[in-house]
Amino acid sequence: MNGYNFAYLDEQTKRMIRRALLKAVAIPGHQIPFGSREMPLPYGWGTGGIQVTAAVLGPDDVLKVIDQGADDTTNAVSIRRFFARTAGVATKTHTSVATIIQTRHRIPEQALTEGQILVYQVPMPDPLAKLEPSRAETTRMHGLAEYGLMHVKLYEDITRFGHVSISYDYPVMVNDRYLMSPSPIPAYDNPKLSRNPALQLFGAGREKRIYAIPPHTEVRSLDFDDHPFRTTRAPHACDLCGDDASYLDEVVTDNQGGRMFVCSDTDHCASRQALKEAAE
Amino acid sequence: MSDPTLLSARGLNLRFGAVPALVDVDADLWPGEVLAIVGESGSGKTTLLNVLSGRMAPQSGVVWYREPAGGLVDVHAMPAPALRALHRSDWGFVHQNPRDSLRMGVSAGGNVGERLMAQGSRHYGSIRESAIAWLSEVEIDASRVDDLPRTFSGGMLQRLQIARTLVTHPRLVFMDEPTGGLDVSVQARLLDLIRGLVARLGIAAVLVTHDLAVARLLAHRVMVMQQGCVVESGLTDQVLDDPQHPYTQLLVSSVLAA
Amino acid sequence: MIAIETHALSKQFLLHLQGGVRIPVLRDVAFSVSFGECVALTGPSGAGKTTLLRSLYGNYRVGSGALLVRHQGAMVDLATASPREIVSVRRDTLGYVSQFLRVVPRVSALDIVAEAARGVTLAEARAKATALLLRLHIPARLHGLPPATFSGGEQQRINLARGFIGEHPILLLDEPTASLDAARRDIVIAMIREAVDRGTAVVGIFHDAVVRDAVSNRSHPVLPLQDAA
Repeated sequence: MNGYNFAYLDEQTKRMIRRALLKAVAIPGHQIPFGSREMPLPYGWGTGGIQVTAAVLGPDDVLKVIDQGADDTTNAVSIRRFFARTAGVATKTHTSVATIIQTRHRIPEQALTEGQILVYQVPMPDPLAKLEPSRAETTRMHGLAEYGLMHVKLYEDITRFGHVSISYDYPVMVNDRYLMSPSPIPAYDNPKLSRNPALQLFGAGREKRIYAIPPHTEVRSLDFDDHPFRTTRAPHACDLCGDDASYLDEVVTDNQGGRMFVCSDTDHCASRQALKEAAE
Repeated sequence: MSDPTLLSARGLNLRFGAVPALVDVDADLWPGEVLAIVGESGSGKTTLLNVLSGRMAPQSGVVWYREPAGGLVDVHAMPAPALRALHRSDWGFVHQNPRDSLRMGVSAGGNVGERLMAQGSRHYGSIRESAIAWLSEVEIDASRVDDLPRTFSGGMLQRLQIARTLVTHPRLVFMDEPTGGLDVSVQARLLDLIRGLVARLGIAAVLVTHDLAVARLLAHRVMVMQQGCVVESGLTDQVLDDPQHPYTQLLVSSVLAA
Repeated sequence: MIAIETHALSKQFLLHLQGGVRIPVLRDVAFSVSFGECVALTGPSGAGKTTLLRSLYGNYRVGSGALLVRHQGAMVDLATASPREIVSVRRDTLGYVSQFLRVVPRVSALDIVAEAARGVTLAEARAKATALLLRLHIPARLHGLPPATFSGGEQQRINLARGFIGEHPILLLDEPTASLDAARRDIVIAMIREAVDRGTAVVGIFHDAVVRDAVSNRSHPVLPLQDAA
């Protein structure tokens, strides 16, 4: 496309972001400040993730973009089209063939493999920010690994609700050192963060932070000994593909209270349906 | 008596511009002892408390603390993480305004349990159990364990702060006007509580107060400060009943006898 | 055996707020008391009896001279002792009954007495305190109450119980029977005698001649300085 550099960002900016990414990979879970640029879409639409994707994208890459697991929602479609036009890269919806997957709020059901990169869009990179108003103090707390306060939050949840009520953006410890926000993925996806063969990169555009989980890094969800971390999902099977282990969305179908449960990962669901049809 | 001190300060000096806040101050505190720092506003007593506790650096002078293992550490030369760890475990700090230390949006139990969690406790049940035990220790009904501090009275907030501070069994507690701003009847209850806890748990304390009656009730020894100088120090009853320095005589004679 | 002796003990008050006026109260006091003996400090009001007694307790600072107290087998000079040594001397050696009870908010009469006991468990201390209070005719229904609202006589008897419960080797008494009736006074006399018989060294100020004659072995006159000079 004329008038734009490859993948929209200029090369200097990409270098700056790559330097931040290298640092982030070197210190798993640690938030690296970066000079976030104004992007041609508003904050909250994935400006952080887009900048990270732009910085790691090459002409031979195959890009997949999902929003809440779906390839066909406005946000996912827009970003996919954005890179198709500014970088001319191939875009696919199949998880297994993508080399870079930019995601908002989900990790694909299908296990990722070495060589793949998962780019998360992050609204609020610091889990401590909600608990401690001073940025200087949270920085110090990260520096000294003083994370008792995060457990106070879990304590309060158990006290009020009988269990930890955080259902998404559930805080994790990376490599036993840094407390990290996994972005608003459902707690159901948390176990997939740990020892994942893919490289996981996180970009927060408005907050101007980048962090990363290198492949095969240990990631632990916070919990108490007597209230261990548990994942939950709707107790149904997918009404389209029949999967009874995937993460489900509840869809209201009419005004009479009719509803159905479907896989939130559209590619996963479609693949299973295709398999079923082929078998019949 | 040559048994080792818990905290020792030598030659502390600190000026705020032209105002001397500390002038050649020495202080010693032995295990299990309560030392009161008295003097009027601006005499430097809170500054001394902050310097002794490592929260503020002196321009010259040194503060030594004896660690449980027996070794001496220079409080102002400690790495920040070690000092913060000390403040979370072996030491406690009771502020005049409990809102400065409590988390007002966290339940009473969470407030008490925070120091335990900061030390690595990861068992919800036992943290909660300790919190309830400490609430009853400071005469707050166990049924309030899940209530937010903003529903507590001023006296209860101060007692909650004390529970939150003592839950890790500190050896040394710094108190800055712990009864300031409370009603007289509430003060009496709090003083009695502090007196009982400090005596029973063998906690050493440095207590800043402008109220000589508080010093008499709680402290073994007092230091009288004026314009940054310690003008007189000694046994509490000796200093208050037989004051030697003009300023101490003024302080003692200014108190209304109830 | 000598329990307390003073050498050339002097004490003056310097009142800075009154333009630096000096009030000499004690000059060159030579005083001693042995274990198993009760010495009454005598002399007119204002002569300095209470000042001497308070100096013996370390409550007033010694101006000059020496004030030796036998503590754990050795003589300690309270004129030069550190605050912590004085605390230790008071804990193990010196019992003191002041004229007025210093009331601690919310602490019951029983606990005010019991917490002055030495070397016993809390339960034992409370049992001992109960016995002492009953002996001093403080009815059991008052034991659990803070004594702030008690009468002067009741407060004084609680103060006495607090002074006696520790069974210190040396006991200092400042007007222990001032507001007591005859019957209760006799109980206190008996308690002082028992203490002396146990070998306690007692120094007291007794305005009541009956008490003084009943308990003291000898008198030590304290005279106003202008008279003595």
